[in-house]
Amino acid sequence: MASVIVNGKEVEIGANERLNCIQAAAKAGVEIPAYCWHPALSVVASCRMCLVEVGDKKPDGTVAMQPKLVPGCQTPAKDGTVIVADSQKVKDARKATLEYLLLNHPLDCPTCDQAGECYLQDYSFDYGRGYSRLNEPKNIKPDKTYIGDQITLFTDRCIMCTRCVRFTREVTGSAELQVVSRGSHEEIDIFPGHPVNNPLAGNVVDLCPVGALCSKDFLYQQRVWWLKTQNSVCPGCSTGCSVTVDQNEDRVYRLKPRVNEKSQGHFMCDEGRFGWKYTHSEQRLTSAEIRSNGQTTSKDWDAVLKAVRTALQKAAGIGKGKIAAVLSPWMTVEEAWILGSYLKSLSSNVILALGPVRVSGQDDHFPKDIKGNVIQPVKFTIRAEKCPNRAGVEAVLKHLVGDVMPFEELLRLSSAGQFNAVYLVGGDPAGWISDLQAEAFSKVETVIVQDFLPSPVLKHATHVLPSGTFVEREGTYVNYKGLAQLVRRSVRGPDGSRPDSRILWELSERSGLVQTDAVRKEIASAVSALAALDHAELKNDGVLLSAAEPVGAK
Amino acid sequence: MAKFEPVLFARIHKPDSTSLKSYQADGGYSRLKEFLSMAPADVANIVKDAGLRGRGGAGFPTGLKWTFLPKDHPGPIYLAINADESEPGTFNNRYLMELDPHQLIEGIMLACHAIKSNNAYLYLRYEYGRSYRVLDAAVKECYAAGLLGKNILGTGFNLDIVLHRGAGAYICGEETGLIESLEGKRAWPRIKPPFPAIEGLFRKPTIVNNVETLCCVTQILYRGGEWFKSIGVPPDPNNPRDPGSYGPKLYCVSGHVNKPCCVELPLGVTARELIEEHAGGVWKGRKAKAVVPGGISMGFLSDKELDTKLDFAGPGKVGCLGLGTAAVVVVDDQTSMVDVLYNCCRFMSHESCGQCTPCREGTAWMTKILERIRSGNGRLTDLDLLTEVAGSMGIIPGTTICGLSDGAAWPVKNAISKFRGDFEEYIKSGKASVTSAQKLMAVH
Repeated sequence: MASVIVNGKEVEIGANERLNCIQAAAKAGVEIPAYCWHPALSVVASCRMCLVEVGDKKPDGTVAMQPKLVPGCQTPAKDGTVIVADSQKVKDARKATLEYLLLNHPLDCPTCDQAGECYLQDYSFDYGRGYSRLNEPKNIKPDKTYIGDQITLFTDRCIMCTRCVRFTREVTGSAELQVVSRGSHEEIDIFPGHPVNNPLAGNVVDLCPVGALCSKDFLYQQRVWWLKTQNSVCPGCSTGCSVTVDQNEDRVYRLKPRVNEKSQGHFMCDEGRFGWKYTHSEQRLTSAEIRSNGQTTSKDWDAVLKAVRTALQKAAGIGKGKIAAVLSPWMTVEEAWILGSYLKSLSSNVILALGPVRVSGQDDHFPKDIKGNVIQPVKFTIRAEKCPNRAGVEAVLKHLVGDVMPFEELLRLSSAGQFNAVYLVGGDPAGWISDLQAEAFSKVETVIVQDFLPSPVLKHATHVLPSGTFVEREGTYVNYKGLAQLVRRSVRGPDGSRPDSRILWELSERSGLVQTDAVRKEIASAVSALAALDHAELKNDGVLLSAAEPVGAK
Repeated sequence: MAKFEPVLFARIHKPDSTSLKSYQADGGYSRLKEFLSMAPADVANIVKDAGLRGRGGAGFPTGLKWTFLPKDHPGPIYLAINADESEPGTFNNRYLMELDPHQLIEGIMLACHAIKSNNAYLYLRYEYGRSYRVLDAAVKECYAAGLLGKNILGTGFNLDIVLHRGAGAYICGEETGLIESLEGKRAWPRIKPPFPAIEGLFRKPTIVNNVETLCCVTQILYRGGEWFKSIGVPPDPNNPRDPGSYGPKLYCVSGHVNKPCCVELPLGVTARELIEEHAGGVWKGRKAKAVVPGGISMGFLSDKELDTKLDFAGPGKVGCLGLGTAAVVVVDDQTSMVDVLYNCCRFMSHESCGQCTPCREGTAWMTKILERIRSGNGRLTDLDLLTEVAGSMGIIPGTTICGLSDGAAWPVKNAISKFRGDFEEYIKSGKASVTSAQKLMAVH
């Protein structure tokens, strides 16, 4: 086993891990500050913040240190590497580098979006000096308010780490950003007429360690210290990017990618990043309703749920009658399980169908060259399948009814008057049913619609159950490659709506409050394909359903 | 010491010295076939044994550099010739290229043979228009005469030389900056390792040599390593790491002298000898106050240090960075060091590539401080600040990607430690040597 010595403390590293000194030190719990280095980008070693003393421990126990400070990002950590990150020499170098970085920095923290999550602030506090020795005027570079539809550049705050430039060159391949001018006149800029509008553009805002690149969407909306952060999963496509949802007072302000090598890596696409706006739509359904002959007869949740239950039981009781349900690929595994098993318990020949899976174009791989050809290795993919949990819901349905009926087939049977009751779960914010398709349910006696936005089928609904979006859900999403990740509840939905899990929990007359953990255990022991849901790792980076770990291992 | 007979400059005063005919008449290319028939390693060994050190500034042993190439490399190996001569005060390559281009071309051929390269890229400083025209004509002459191209002189050796006019920046003369620029990118020096000998131009093994170095290669092969070793300064017996300073060197003398010149002398001549005997003394009957030993990034010699031997080790002994390009710039005793240093800093600030934080911000900051001192608003504490900034910019060996930061910091350290009196006097007198009009000019 290889080991490195960080600040005198020995720590083991994998023999084939290929770590640099920053990563090796992190394993020992020592933070080496850095600006230009990013694990997903190439090394340029230009910020000079990560200078450390590095040496080699010889087999006879003596240590030979290199005479000069070396950048930790550029220096590989091997067996016997000695890293000293807390000597006076290192501290002096950091202090000097920070002073240089702050020389021309405007120090407009009170009006800067990044304040509170700014590496320049953090490291200055930890390693810098409290005052500037610059007696001359600062360089003032003009702001560039338009470098992309979503991005604005405060040029004077930039510390020239070039992370954004490397991102557009190495990850998207679009190379819109560049460095212009030389020396202390250097600025980040776009090539004329080529703004940063690629589908991953928003990532440059996250990459920027200071407040130079800002998101126009989030700009001046919130001070970051008011935001409450919850780990979740982006529902935009079947890639299922790990994200954090930042909210304050039940209002989402932004989504940011969460580093998860098991899932998407470090980044996320703009479609997902800015795609949560429907959560706060004015159109949200906010009242549970019982409707008959165009009249709303009740708006009371308890009464509505009771009526739904009665209607379903009645339908199940009719000899030849049938219940059918459409389970949306936007539901969590737990929600699908509660609904599916409840309906199954009412009628053993219930028909369960998977809701429409929206597919848009082809999978979009990055990086691409100038002609749009994909360059290997692929670093990011936006998938064509625009729903988060087809795999998970399908697994539940397969377990419950064997063959999953295609949505089109269900529509055909419904038009033919085969069903007495249908339970329709929506969830696709872009709409999941057309007017024509909705007609299939016009003659069904009981049409229960559980959705958060209006859809054409609503006009045939006999029962409306306003549900929640992904930031209100709690449960598990399974992505395209079978990675199960937890979606966590971040905000409360608008008054009158209820998250799906609560609606279904109460509908199926389970006792007490919603306990997704308990449901997950139930699924893990019942459904062999989903046995891995019991794994403790699910709470962190998620767990692959095909994982080799023994089932139930904690 | 007997008068030194110039070797590199032997032909420069002859009429028509740039033509192939005249070069061949003087014995040029006469033994090329013989050398190209030798094993490449033998050629490399002759150069290595001669103790030739690179003339570009760092003084790295040339033969040793060649041995860093990977053995039996299957793909192409490149030679890049650094003719981006931009260290202030340096103009020796220009003489060699404009007045004796074939000596250089023969050196390129021999070096390429030694390192088994079939492609040489000559990176020429853009401003050297005449050098370009002369070299271009010389290369064309060689192609026409079968000295370049396929199967040179029937030896089976192929070589193409590409002339590339530079991108007009000081940093393009840095080894890896040059390679980046040659590839068509911004001349941002690369991080090392990998060194160019392993992964250089177009990600292939590359050797970068200076023009004067390659001219020396020609002379070493024609005259032998022993001849080369008979010139210059042998290694210091007390310093096992000193490889010695052998061979002739082109010294460029400029600044406040009567007769600025480029003169070929054995390594180890003193600054005083250069000024008094070759440059006609300090102008206007004045005395020298400071002398730059080898381009401004090497620092300053004070008037008491004029007897320093200008070999690869000499300037280092009196606190300078090194010999550099052996461009001696003389400052007379009527000139304030504040103004001299300001000029140095302004140049370095203008030429910093802006990649590393200390260099990008430090050079600009030092320039601003000196601007303020020159406008009459200096404080005595500024001197300590300047020293500290210079200290954190370049801690030898360097803490930045390339040596520009060290080179920018060194004159500041030297000037303040050796001429502190000048600075204090300037600050105390509160005089301003810049008028507001000049200040405006400096800004724009």
